[in-house]
Parts: sequence; structure tokens; C-alpha cells
Amino acid sequence: MRFALDAEQTEFGHTLGRLLSTAEVPATVRSWAAGDFAAGRVLWRRLAAAGVFALAVPEEYAGLGRLPVELAVACEELGRYAVPGPVVETVAGAMLLGALAGHGKAARAAAEEWLPRIADGRAMVTLGAPEAGPYVLDAEAADTALVYDGRRLFAGAGCGPARRSVDPARRLHRPGPGGLLLAVGAAPAAAVRDAGDWAAFATAAQCLGVGLALLERTVEHVRRRTQFGRPIGSFQAVKHRLADVLIDLEFTRPLLYGAAVALAAGAPTAGAEVAAAKAAAGEAVYRAARAALQLHGAIGYTQELDLSLWLGKARALRGAWGAPGRCRARALAGLV
Amino acid sequence: MDLELSRGDAEFRDEAREWLAARVPREPLPSLETQAGFAAHREWERTLAADRWSVVAWPPEYGGRGASLLRWLLFEEEYYAAGAPGRVSQNGIGLLAPALMEFGTAEQCARLLPPMARGEVVWAQAWSEPEAGSDLAALRSTATRTTGGWLLHGQKTWSSRAAFADRAFGLFRLRSPKQPSGAGAAPHRGLVYLMFPLDAPEVTVRPLGRLDGKPAFAELFLDGVFVPDADVIGVPGEGWRVAMSTTGNERGLTLRSPGRFTATATRLAALWRARAADGDGPGCGPRWDGAADGALRDRVADAVIRARAYRLYGYAAASRAAGGTPGAAASLTKVFWSELDIALHEAALDLLGACGELADEAAEAPAHGGWAAGHTFALAGPIYAGTNEIQRDIIAERLLGLPKGRRT
Repeated sequence: MRFALDAEQTEFGHTLGRLLSTAEVPATVRSWAAGDFAAGRVLWRRLAAAGVFALAVPEEYAGLGRLPVELAVACEELGRYAVPGPVVETVAGAMLLGALAGHGKAARAAAEEWLPRIADGRAMVTLGAPEAGPYVLDAEAADTALVYDGRRLFAGAGCGPARRSVDPARRLHRPGPGGLLLAVGAAPAAAVRDAGDWAAFATAAQCLGVGLALLERTVEHVRRRTQFGRPIGSFQAVKHRLADVLIDLEFTRPLLYGAAVALAAGAPTAGAEVAAAKAAAGEAVYRAARAALQLHGAIGYTQELDLSLWLGKARALRGAWGAPGRCRARALAGLV
Repeated sequence: MDLELSRGDAEFRDEAREWLAARVPREPLPSLETQAGFAAHREWERTLAADRWSVVAWPPEYGGRGASLLRWLLFEEEYYAAGAPGRVSQNGIGLLAPALMEFGTAEQCARLLPPMARGEVVWAQAWSEPEAGSDLAALRSTATRTTGGWLLHGQKTWSSRAAFADRAFGLFRLRSPKQPSGAGAAPHRGLVYLMFPLDAPEVTVRPLGRLDGKPAFAELFLDGVFVPDADVIGVPGEGWRVAMSTTGNERGLTLRSPGRFTATATRLAALWRARAADGDGPGCGPRWDGAADGALRDRVADAVIRARAYRLYGYAAASRAAGGTPGAAASLTKVFWSELDIALHEAALDLLGACGELADEAAEAPAHGGWAAGHTFALAGPIYAGTNEIQRDIIAERLLGLPKGRRT
């Protein structure tokens, strides 16, 4: 047993961290939220060049195979830096296209068309499915929207106007009519369910990163902010709240990697492991966001402070791809 | 990254499983907090030791198997899954032994560890005092130099196992005839870590009833009990360092292994299924639609998920080069498992409804009163081994780098 990242996986995370720390992501997020996707697309290509999206693409389509451990590392870092765009949906969409490639001509053609371009960052894909709710994330920015209506899977579906999310960088659209029919019946049903697990998994990893970013920023704030003649971080009420945030996040990590191992093995318990990780991650990130806001005080309650980029995301990701109650029910049914 | 056991590790686990299946008493032993129960648990330690299962992680020369942290975790999983008895020697094995192995002499290890492994000598912890709880360094009991050793005076309290144990280990303040009180010195300086007999005439043991009335701990009154130099651990004056080096053991994985909570979570899930599927069992009040009680289901699920998280956390610790959860990281673990234990038992008691309050060990009580007793025991978790408030201070200051507060 070796339940730890190897040196290469650790270094991959550091590489992404270095890339993102100098990429001026907050400005990119703000322009993305305003509907200007240019800077976001540039960042996307750079992340693809570092290998992020190839982790979800099979080798026969110019990818690196399906590597959940590396995906967790990547999505955690992307969450930590609040990278905008349909990251989770592109990962899950790639999984879906890969899984369906053997099911008919249209699905194969879609895999051939999109997968190599997902791997090298030319294509940004989004995914809509009943388990993700009625909206499709960033459909306007994406090159294609894969939409499953419960029976049929379409590519290139249209979309309605953008609706605002609590995270301004998440632009939500109702799927419109049209698109190319890729598959119908049992095959897409199973493949979409599996893709939903990958989406929940990637979301959980993002949650972990978002939570860590919130914690880091709040620790910095309470070390510097002085009241009553001393840093507020010296008060026990403040310390204990942040200690609890760290505990939640640290005990989310093993669940996330437990799910990664189960996904890599195609284990029958993978869905339950993913659900456990998503439930814990959603709880942890939300608790981190509540603590971050409270301990920043009024300055935290402004959109101007960059903290807001993570605060809104925490709330949105908690419900995305697996609401807490549903995840708990799945975990309870499948874990023990 | 993987979670697969090597052949050797799987064989070790299987051997433990088979041994436990053959040896674990069918009927639960009488309570550890009675004279008869203590004796029965001591006998169980002897049974474990006879086949080298009492201290698997220790070196073979002291009765262990030199097991890795991973194998120890696997053993603990099997141990609690088998419903094996509580460990009467936990204090000695978990706290004193690591101090001896790190700071003790070869003579001390050879003399003290094997009888500890066999349950022949059961150890009590003598750290806290009436005025020194969370602020342990405020302790006032003294060790006064005498020919060939030390004389102990003062009072210790909350001394786990002391009601029936043989010997105790603890921290004392050095006192020389010239410097009567050691006043003015830094509180962490000038302490000595040593071992003393509980049956000496100069020691009075007054058992204390815990929340359920059972004498699980005791007060100790020391009136000149003699400790030979051979029973001092480390250098006199550096007792604080010796004690703190082992608190990671006390708080972390090795005090409360994930296997414990994995077994409890498995029982909780079974209870949930029985109750959700079948409604109330006999004698537990009106029928109840468990499947529709989403709030309770969420709490059961959360507890099960957290038990899984702790199990995987243990595997991650075992996979790190150094292993274990040393220092401040052990504080994360301690807060996590102590709250998890309460959550597991609270959910079970709520599932049992009106029958949850039955603390009686009679057959008609659910799990022989095990859930109620387990809940009472779990309530102590956030208090002992350093309160969770102290652990959160440590996490905040040493892991997050927040400034020290008024405490220090």
C-alpha cells in the first residue's frame, strides 16, 4: 500500500501552483464574470499545456489516459486559485465522450472531433445532465455543450441567456434546443451517470482548494489585523474557528484520494466513495467560507476584496454535482 | 497511489483475524472498572501476549512483532471488528513505553517492557493535579533528593486506571532542601519524569466515580514514597521534554486507532438499516418511519463518512516516510476522533429512541447497554489527553502560525 502522492504528482501540483500564482487569476475571473472570456481562454490553454485536461482524455485521443489522482491534484490547485470556466464539466465531458466512443458512429465522430482538442486546450466543453440540475455552466464560453435530457445525449446544444450565480464567475444557462444527437438509451444513461461521478469528484477537489485558499487568506488577515492592541488572531475564539476549518479540510483529503483510488480501479464502490468525498468537501469548504467571512468582518462582505471570488464559489460548489443530502444517502448506501 | 495490501501485510491481517476469531471471549468480560473485571482484562492481556498480539508494534525482544504502522492499523481494525475486550494496559503501552524507548535506559526497557506487554504490571498515569489540568506545567507535587533516589510528596488526580493498577508514571517538580519550592523558575523547567508503586504505604489511592459512577480514575496522595534512581526516565530536570515527546502518542492515531471507529461505524450502519427497514424493535416505543427521517439519516451518514476519513487518514500516515502523527499534527487527529466518537454514539442513541437511555448491561438493553456506555465514554474524549481547546490552540499556533495568546 502506498496511499500518498509520489514525487512526480507532488511536483505537478507545485508546477500548477507556480503557473497560477503569476497568472493574475483574480483579474481573469472578474473579466470572465463580465462576459469577456479572452483572458480565461489564454489561461485555459496554458493549463492544458501543463497537462491538466489530457488527464481526462484516453491515450488513443492524444490524452494521458484517465488519471484521477493527478486530476485531484490539478483541480485542487485550480480551486485554490479560483480558475474560472467549466473545468469540472470539461473533465466530465471528456470522460463521457471517451466512454461512448464505442457506441455508434455519431458518438465516435464526436470523440474524434473533441477529445484531442480538449487535451491540448483548444476546446472548452460544458455538460448538462438532470443530476446537475437544469442549468449548464458557461455554455456561452464553451465550444460545445453536451446535454443529456434523461434519454438522449446531444452535442452543440444551444443555450439561453446567462443567469447569475452566487459566484459571478459561474454563468448559468438553460440548455436550448438543437444540437447533434450523439446517443440514446441505456449506453448514454450509464455513461452520464459515471461522468457525473467524475464531475462530483473534480468538484470535491476544487472545494478542497477553495477551502485552503479561504483559510490561507483568513490566516493572513487575522495575523495582520489589530484590535484592542493585539492581532485578532491571538484570540482563542478566532484561533479555534480556524483550527476547525483546518481539521475539516485535512480530513477531506483522504476521502478525496480514497475516491481517486476507487475511480482508477473502476471499483463498484467508486460512486459511494466519490459521494463521501463530495459531502465532506462541500461541508468543509462552506465552513471555511463562513469562517473567512466572519473573521474578515465587514471588509470581507465586499465584492471588491478578492476574498469574494472564493466565498461565492464555496457556496456554489457545495451544491454543484451532488447536493449534500444526496451525497450522504449514496455514501451511506455504498460505504458500509 | 493505491490501497492494496502487500502479500505479507495481507497474511499478517489474516493471521490476526484467525487468532482473534478463535480467542476473543464470546461473552463480554465483566466491566474493567471492577476488581473482577480488571482481573479478567489482565488475564486477557496475558492471552494476547502469549501469542505476541499484545504489542505488535514493539520490537520482538520486548514481546512485539516489530510491526509497521500499517500492520498495527490492520491489527487494530481486526481487533475491534472482532469485538475484543478493552485494553487495560493502554496507558502503559501507549504512553509510558514510548517514553522508555526514547529516553529510558536499556536496563529499564528490559526490566519494564516485557511485564507490561504481558499485563503483569498495569500502569496508571499520574500527570494532572487539582491545580494543574490544561496548564500541566503548573504542577506542584515534588520530588526531593534523598540517598539513591527521590521522595515524592503531593497530590495527583484523574489518574486513569489507578483504582486497580500496580504502578504509576508521572511528572514531579524537583525540590532540593536548599531551594524549598523552586519558586521563580520557569514552570516547564525543573521537572522529573519517574515511576512509582501504587501499593507502597506512602501512597493513598482514592478511587473517583466517573460520570457513570464507575471508578475509572482515582486521586493519589503521596506522602514520601521512595523512587530509586533506576526508576527515573531521562535526565532529572528535563521531565517536560520527556513527557511532551509522548503526547503525540497520547493524542494521535495510536491512542484511538481508526479501527475502533470503523467497527463502531459498521455497527451504527447495521443499526440504521435494521431501524430504517423494520421500524422499531421490540420494547422501543411506537413504530417509526426511519427511512423518512432524513435528518437522522444525514447524521448517520456523516458519522460513517468521517469514520472512513479517519481510516484513510491512518493509511496516509502509514504511507509517509516517517509514519505516525508526531507533534502538532496529532492535535488534528485528537479533535477529530474525539468528536467522531461522540457523533457515532449520539446517532445510535437517537436511533434507539426511548431505549437509548438503557445503560443497564442486561440482555434486554440494546447491545447490552453498549451504545449508552460507549456514549458516556465518548463524552470524556474531548477532555482527556489534553482538552480539545488546548489542541485547537496548538493547531492554530503551530500549524497555522497564529500569534500566541494570553495563555502563555
